Amino acid sequence: MFWDDKMTTDLEKVKEVLGPKKQFVHGDTAVCYGALLAGCDFYGGYPITPASEIAEMIASLMPKVGGVNIQMEDEIASMASIIGASWTGAKVMTATSGPGFSLMQENIGFAYMSETPAVVVNVQRSGPSTGQPTLGAEGDMMQARYGSHGDYQSITLSPNTIQETLEFTIKAFNLAEEYRSPVFLMISADLGHMREMITIPDEVDLVYRKTPKVPPEEYVPFGKGKYGKEKVPEFAPFGTGYRTYVTGLTHNEFGFPATDDQQDHDKLIRRQIEKITDDREKLTDIEERMMDDAEIALVSYGIASRSALGALKIARDQGKKVGYFRLKTIWPFPKKKINELSQKVDKIVVPEMNTGHVYHRVKEYADCEVKLVSKIGGEIISPKEILEGV
Amino acid sequence: MIEVNEDYCKGCNLCILYCPRDALVESEELNKKGVHPPVEVEDRCNGCRLCELICPDFAIVVVEDDRLPKMKRTKKCSGMIK
Amino acid sequence: MADENEVDVIDGKQLQDKYLREEMMPHIFCNGCALGNVLDYVLWAVEKEGLDMDKTVFLSGIGCSSRIPGYINADALHTTHGRALAFATGVKMANPDLNVIVFTGDGDCIGIGGNHFIHALRRNLDITVIAVNNYIYGMTGGQVAPTTPEGHIGTTAPYGNIEPPFDMCEMAKAAGATYVARWPVFRPHQPINSIREGIRNKGLSFIEMMSPCTTAYGRRNRFRKIEDLWAFYEDKTILIEEYDKIDRFGTEEEKEELDDKIKIGVFKRSTRKPLEERYRDLLEEFK
Repeated sequence: MFWDDKMTTDLEKVKEVLGPKKQFVHGDTAVCYGALLAGCDFYGGYPITPASEIAEMIASLMPKVGGVNIQMEDEIASMASIIGASWTGAKVMTATSGPGFSLMQENIGFAYMSETPAVVVNVQRSGPSTGQPTLGAEGDMMQARYGSHGDYQSITLSPNTIQETLEFTIKAFNLAEEYRSPVFLMISADLGHMREMITIPDEVDLVYRKTPKVPPEEYVPFGKGKYGKEKVPEFAPFGTGYRTYVTGLTHNEFGFPATDDQQDHDKLIRRQIEKITDDREKLTDIEERMMDDAEIALVSYGIASRSALGALKIARDQGKKVGYFRLKTIWPFPKKKINELSQKVDKIVVPEMNTGHVYHRVKEYADCEVKLVSKIGGEIISPKEILEGV
Repeated sequence: MIEVNEDYCKGCNLCILYCPRDALVESEELNKKGVHPPVEVEDRCNGCRLCELICPDFAIVVVEDDRLPKMKRTKKCSGMIK
Repeated sequence: MADENEVDVIDGKQLQDKYLREEMMPHIFCNGCALGNVLDYVLWAVEKEGLDMDKTVFLSGIGCSSRIPGYINADALHTTHGRALAFATGVKMANPDLNVIVFTGDGDCIGIGGNHFIHALRRNLDITVIAVNNYIYGMTGGQVAPTTPEGHIGTTAPYGNIEPPFDMCEMAKAAGATYVARWPVFRPHQPINSIREGIRNKGLSFIEMMSPCTTAYGRRNRFRKIEDLWAFYEDKTILIEEYDKIDRFGTEEEKEELDDKIKIGVFKRSTRKPLEERYRDLLEEFK
């Protein structure tokens, strides 16, 4: 894809390589398929349970579509290599789990500061530290928001089926290109290793970052975007004659270090945050079921939401007026929607596969009672356990 | 001819020390940084350009003039800067 | 009469106009710091090799040496501490047509960057690594580095460094670089030609530039004047050819004196297929 024909995806070739239209695959494979359909040109990764399968499948498929795959020496280098590759114009991805995600944080911060498009997949496992390597959890949700130091805004997606994992991977690439930001796809190891039927789409809508149309003398690398969003500057890949200076230091509009002025830093960081938060409503993605007459809402995401669906059905059978409210985009957080929800219901129950992370954000914006049902230890929370909180 | 960019000079004096022909001396004037930039001594420079190369601050260059013809090198040579 | 074999050499002023970002000059390096020299030598090498500056990318980590690309009029990536080689791997593997030159420091390369260093060299990517060794962590004020000589003072070793230092070039040889050299900054022509050779080399060229820090390291270790610091290192250096000669044929006394010396010169020239070529071969199988 990239070495032969830069910046375009040969969709027919990818579909040919992926094989039958309907397949019974696990989440890790769906991530891989989604990446190739989205036009991923470069993957730099490192083995880690339960995400190694992504690296393995990429290693097998990437050469067939003409992309680049490299196994780096650690996760720090993985994140570094994909940022370097992204700056040559490639669409890039890496995948890891908790311990690797922790290692990647410094360079994720660099991706935020340099406004580099990249997709980072975290197939979450039980933590902290080595934890339960083979068992799933969703304890890194806050880390996807605040893992790196300093001020920035994250875009984080959380699918709950294998088909959605494939589709959200494509969406993650599109968002990364549109906002010139790292985008996180968070799934639990359960989803990563679970198998379901998927359908490979015939058509995909792809987004590529906007590149400058003016000559190099007139190009302002970190200035106002002219052809897309105003707060997303045009991206000039290395080797196209624009001679961009990219640094992790606070910089001015021309990319050069400007570390002494409070105004320079303020302007830069707020623009980087606002380019995403200005579109908070547009990025908000919620699945609602039986919310019309609901008095209690189950606000969930990821693997816990599948059990929440079961809890919904059982509760309704028992005559309880429960509704289902699933967050598909976690960050930027759907503050408005949660607040509106809290006006309609008496109580919100948040089942989470951690000790309560997104729960706190729900509580922050909800005017009604919010209750946490938390489960850790590697067993998926059951509908019955969720109902105990209702 | 030796041209000195006085604004860049930091007064390390390496050019003066390294010149094989003693063609540079400290000037009397002080520059913005409070040091004495070098100044050429007439008719001593042989165009070796060691001062230009040893200066860490891009503050001194040797340019062609009637005395120092434009330096040439042959394409075939190993590439030593002559 | 112009000989058609003769080529005009540009002069220093033209070099500056062609390669430096004028709006960023003068540079921030201290009085007597040889980073300006390293920049100058690399620019001469790039000029002499005729590299297309639209297709050349400079990378650096964090530290004084990492500020060099900010003065060059070309694409540059100023990355995180110690990780420049990992970023460079991404750049070169994604677009092997780009010329990649990496500036790194001693702490950046062999301290925090040690792991990325050994793997980038093992992979033998066709990039040129200029490792500026100032024997200290200069930017942060003078803490000891993995290359600080034993007994020398640093802010985190106020009683003298008790740890033995690394020899970056020995490690580069072992890790698999195909061109390894070390040069002090006090003689311009050898480093320039060596960097040229490194750029021409199809594989990873590792060139260590000895550039002692006058401010954080020199002053603390009693080198009050720049020329004293440079003279100290100049006396300590010996060409590898001379070293080998004495080692094999010298008297016991002469051999003993070698212990204190720092070898300079070109230590290794070899050929090994760079990673991009290997990957290209792999892709061929699927075409």
